[in-house]
Amino acid sequence: MELKGKAWKFGADIDTDAIIPARYLNTSDPEELAKHCMEDADPAFPQKVHAGDIIVADKNFGCGSSREHAPISIKAAGVSCVIAKSFARIFYRNAFNIGLPILESVEAAERIEEGDQVSVDVESGVITNLTKGESYQATVVPPFMQQIIAAGGLINYVAERMKENV
Amino acid sequence: MGMTVTEKILAAHAGKDKVEPGELINVKVDLVLGNDITAPVAIKEFNKIGVNSVFDREKVALVLDHFIPSKDIKSAEQAKAVKEFAHKHDIVNFFDVGKMGIEHCLLPEQGLVGPGDLVIGADSHTCTYGALGAFSTGVGSTDLAAAMALGETWLKVPETIKFVFEGELRPWVGGKDLILHIIGDIGVDGALYKAMEFTGPAIEKLSMDGRFTMANMAIEAGGKNGIVPPDEITRAYVEGRVKKPYTFYQSDPDAQYSNVYRYDASKIEPLVAFPHLPENTRPVSEAGQVELDQVVIGSCTNGRIEDLRLAARLLKDKKVHKNIRMIVIPGTQEIYKQALREGLIEIFIDAGGAVSTPTCGPCLGGYMGILAKGERSLATTNRNFVGRMGHPESEVYLANPAVAAASAIMGRIAGPWEVE
Repeated sequence: MELKGKAWKFGADIDTDAIIPARYLNTSDPEELAKHCMEDADPAFPQKVHAGDIIVADKNFGCGSSREHAPISIKAAGVSCVIAKSFARIFYRNAFNIGLPILESVEAAERIEEGDQVSVDVESGVITNLTKGESYQATVVPPFMQQIIAAGGLINYVAERMKENV
Repeated sequence: MGMTVTEKILAAHAGKDKVEPGELINVKVDLVLGNDITAPVAIKEFNKIGVNSVFDREKVALVLDHFIPSKDIKSAEQAKAVKEFAHKHDIVNFFDVGKMGIEHCLLPEQGLVGPGDLVIGADSHTCTYGALGAFSTGVGSTDLAAAMALGETWLKVPETIKFVFEGELRPWVGGKDLILHIIGDIGVDGALYKAMEFTGPAIEKLSMDGRFTMANMAIEAGGKNGIVPPDEITRAYVEGRVKKPYTFYQSDPDAQYSNVYRYDASKIEPLVAFPHLPENTRPVSEAGQVELDQVVIGSCTNGRIEDLRLAARLLKDKKVHKNIRMIVIPGTQEIYKQALREGLIEIFIDAGGAVSTPTCGPCLGGYMGILAKGERSLATTNRNFVGRMGHPESEVYLANPAVAAASAIMGRIAGPWEVE
C-alpha cells in the first residue's frame, strides 16, 4: 500500500485529549469526531487537513486515554498515516485494529518538515520525502500485526477465526 | 532464568510454562471491561463479528461512569445502547446509576478481580488492578469487542522495570506521591510498552488504597501494566470479597528486569504535577504562589475511603477558601456510604464543598466541574494534559488528597502542614 500526502508536524507527547477532547465523546460518529481532530493541539487542523495528508510527530504520540475515538477521528479526517518517533501503547494497538497505518521512525520524524510531500510504503516501512529527495526506514511491523492489516483490521481477523472454529 | 510476576501471569493464561519479553502470545481473559464511552464503539464492532453471544456473560463488566447520570441527550443515547446490549446478552456485571461506581474503584471492591487474574479493559486506567497482583491493562474498543467474542486477546510480553522503595514514608506522603515521583523521574514515556513492578519495604507497608493509586498511574509513565507482588495486605483485602479461586504469583529471585530503580521513600515529599504533563512534578514546598479556582477530590486514582478520610481530617471544622469550588466524589456507592457513616460527607458539606454521586465527570473534562478559560484546578486525578478539565487555556495540577484539602482551605497550592 503506497500513501502520499503533505506533512503536518506536531511535537512530543501529543495526548489523546489533544487529538479528540473528551467534550466531544458523547458521540462515536466518525464524521463528527473528524470535525474536532487534533483541535486542542492545533484548532485550525480540521479545516486545513486534506485527504491523504500525513501527521508527523515526535515521541509518545497518542499517550493517555484508551479512547479509540482518537485514531478514528484522525482516519475520518482523511489523514492517511501517522509517523512518529514512538507511539503510546494503546494508541498503537488501536490504530492497527481500525486500519490506520502508523510508522515508527526517529529519522523521518526529525527530517520531515511541515509541508513536505511524503510517500509511504506501508509493507516495507520505507518513507520517502519527495520534497527533500530522502528516504527513511521505519521499524518493521511484526508478521502477526501484518496479518491483522491483511485481514482488513482486527474485527475481520476475529470473524475469520470464529468461522474456522465453528 | 526465572520469571517476573507479570511473566508468570501471562504464561499461565497462555497455557505455557514460560514466556519471554518480546514474545507475542494469545491469552485467556478472566474479565473484560467497558464503560459508557468505550463500550458503544465496542458493541458496534462486536455486532460485525457475527456471533450470537459474548464468550461468558459473567466475565464481561459494563460500567456506566463517565457521563453518567447522563449529562446530555447524546450521552443518554450512549448509555442506552450499553444498557440494551447488557440486557440482550444477560450481562451479570452491568452497573447503571445508583449501583455504579468509578469502574476501577468498583470492580476490585465488588471482588470481580483477584490476584493472578488477567483483565483487559477499554479504559487506560484498567492497569489499576495490578495493585492486587493481577495483570491488567487498557486496550481500545475493538480489542474489547474481540475479547467479548473470543474470551482471548493477543499481547506482547513486556519487559519489566522494577521500582524499589526503601525506607519509611514521611507524614502526608502516600501512593500518589510515590507514583508521581517515578513519573517525574522517568518521564511520561519512561516505561513505554513495559511492565512496572513496585516493591520494597515502603510498598510492603503501603495500604491497598495506596497501591491502587500507584498501579492506576502506571499508564501515565507509558507502562503496559503496574503490579505489586501480592502479600498479606492483599490477602486481607481479597479474602471474603473475591469469590472465585485466585493465585498469588511472585517474581523469582533470578527474574530478569530491563532496569531497576531504587528510591529512598523517606526523602520524598508530597508532590504536585504542574501543567501540562504528569511528569512536571515539584515538591509542594517549592510550588510557589499558585492561586486556584477549583479543587477536585475523587477519581479512580484517589476517590477511595482512605483518600476521603485524609481530606476530611484536614477539612474538619474548617472552611473552603471563598475563591474555591471544592468538589468531592466518592468512588463508589459503598465508599459513599462508608463516608456517610464516618461523618466525612458532613465535614465536606460543612466546609462548603459539593459532594457528588460517583462519576468520572470532571477528571476528563466531561461534566460536573468544567474549567473556564484561565481557571486553575488542583485535583487528585491522574492527568493534567492541555484542556483535560475544560477550556484549553485552563490548568490542572495533580496532588494527593491531603494537599488537595489544604489547598482548598488556603485558596492556593498548600502543604497539609499549613492548615493542620
